[in-house]
Amino acid sequence: MRPKRKSDNMGGKCDIQLIDDNGIRIDGRKIHELRPITIEAGVLNRADGSAYLEWGDNKVMAAVYGPREVHPRHRQKADRCIVQYYYSMAPFSVGDRKRPGPDRRSTEISKISAEALENVIFLDQFPRATIDVYVTVLQASAGTRCAALTAASVAVADAGIPMKDLVVSCASGKVEGKVVLDLVQAEDNFGESDVPIGYVPKTGEIVLMQMDGDMTYEEMEEAMELSINACKEIYEIQRDALIRRYADAEEVE
Amino acid sequence: MEEDKKNYREVFLPGDEVGGENQKSGYGTYREDGKIYSSHVGVRTGRNEFVNIIPLGGKYNPRPGDQVIAYIEEIGPTYWMTNINSPYPAPLHVNDTPWKVNFGDTAKYLEINDVIIAVISSVDEIKHVQISMKEHGHRRVNSGSIVEITPSKVPRVIGKGGSMISLIKNTANCRLFVGQNGRIWIDGEEEAIELAIRAIEMIERESHSFGLTEKVNTFLEEEAAKIFPQTEKTGEEEKEDVEESAEAEDAAEEEE
Repeated sequence: MRPKRKSDNMGGKCDIQLIDDNGIRIDGRKIHELRPITIEAGVLNRADGSAYLEWGDNKVMAAVYGPREVHPRHRQKADRCIVQYYYSMAPFSVGDRKRPGPDRRSTEISKISAEALENVIFLDQFPRATIDVYVTVLQASAGTRCAALTAASVAVADAGIPMKDLVVSCASGKVEGKVVLDLVQAEDNFGESDVPIGYVPKTGEIVLMQMDGDMTYEEMEEAMELSINACKEIYEIQRDALIRRYADAEEVE
Repeated sequence: MEEDKKNYREVFLPGDEVGGENQKSGYGTYREDGKIYSSHVGVRTGRNEFVNIIPLGGKYNPRPGDQVIAYIEEIGPTYWMTNINSPYPAPLHVNDTPWKVNFGDTAKYLEINDVIIAVISSVDEIKHVQISMKEHGHRRVNSGSIVEITPSKVPRVIGKGGSMISLIKNTANCRLFVGQNGRIWIDGEEEAIELAIRAIEMIERESHSFGLTEKVNTFLEEEAAKIFPQTEKTGEEEKEDVEESAEAEDAAEEEE
């Protein structure tokens, strides 16, 4: 019999108390508190636009290329451009080695994230072209799809691509019967529910929503409110990253 | 920080409100519910009642009549396929060249990796671009260097009424052609080219600051004094190059 791994418990019950009696979570946060987030825009020279994001223990690099020609040609759309999103996890990003290359999970995340971005990009300005977004998770600690999409939308703006607004993404869920914001690894594995959303602050649109596990209607409403408020907070960090990029340039002289 | 506010233009982000009811939505903006919002990361300019956002990044959007610098990337029997720094490749047909090219002889005139100065002759609604070399000044580039900048910053490099471009030409003592697609051809002495490139990089970096011509002027004079110590009579260089970019007026984007 092989030794017992942490991943054997995924989605199951565990003995660890995830939220203590004072309402403090296992990483020391309150239940409605975000992990610290930092974003830096324009970090890659070769890409048309790029961003690096740290969200708690998550580390994500996003690079945008294009608009450029679509290959293979039959995927071109005559009246608009397409968005191709490539989410991938580095082999060293998780505890057990992640086998490199696309799998079911990353294909799914790529699809929904591309569709989220399509909602804010002015696609009709670049007929027959593609916008390629490559996001690599360098270090993962739950909520990587949110971190990836948040970084990707900064990178798209940095690439000078016209868009309505930035997309912000954040998750909330249910752990030990309580609705909590921004789950960490253990809470994701052993909690009851995880709901990531993609949000457009200017219009209030939800451009991405998934649910893992289940919640009651009331809990769901509470989770949505939490996520949306958190998204507005993260939005300011995204904006700051883009503005700082040009403030930094000034100091070079 | 307050010091910065004076020296640099405010940077707008996608979704920022940049204008109201009585204004018109110009380049880089969109209208929703009567208000005008920015669609780019860029700086605001206004002409008449229009509000524009000049992007600080992005690719070249081809427009008919633009003078561009193109790279030959592919050769066909009756055309060359060129890269014009836009999302779309641009074919140059043999009929649009000043030469009489026989079928299949295209490679005798222009080869892969050659650089040409051409004009965008047509762009249709699904962005099929065609370029032409029929007009005066269009040719293959045989010497010098090319630098690439963000295409939206081309008006900054040209300056109001061509002030910036002639400043660089005169002080650095070089020949210069600015393509609307953000490629700049520079020819002259090695030091002159190097100096011009540094000046252009400075413009690229600080395109959203005020009093840019002044800054570049100071920079160029200081550097030129180091490089050409004996030639203090740069003003003699009256014979300016014929090649002024066609859209120098477009550059009158209120350089202030």
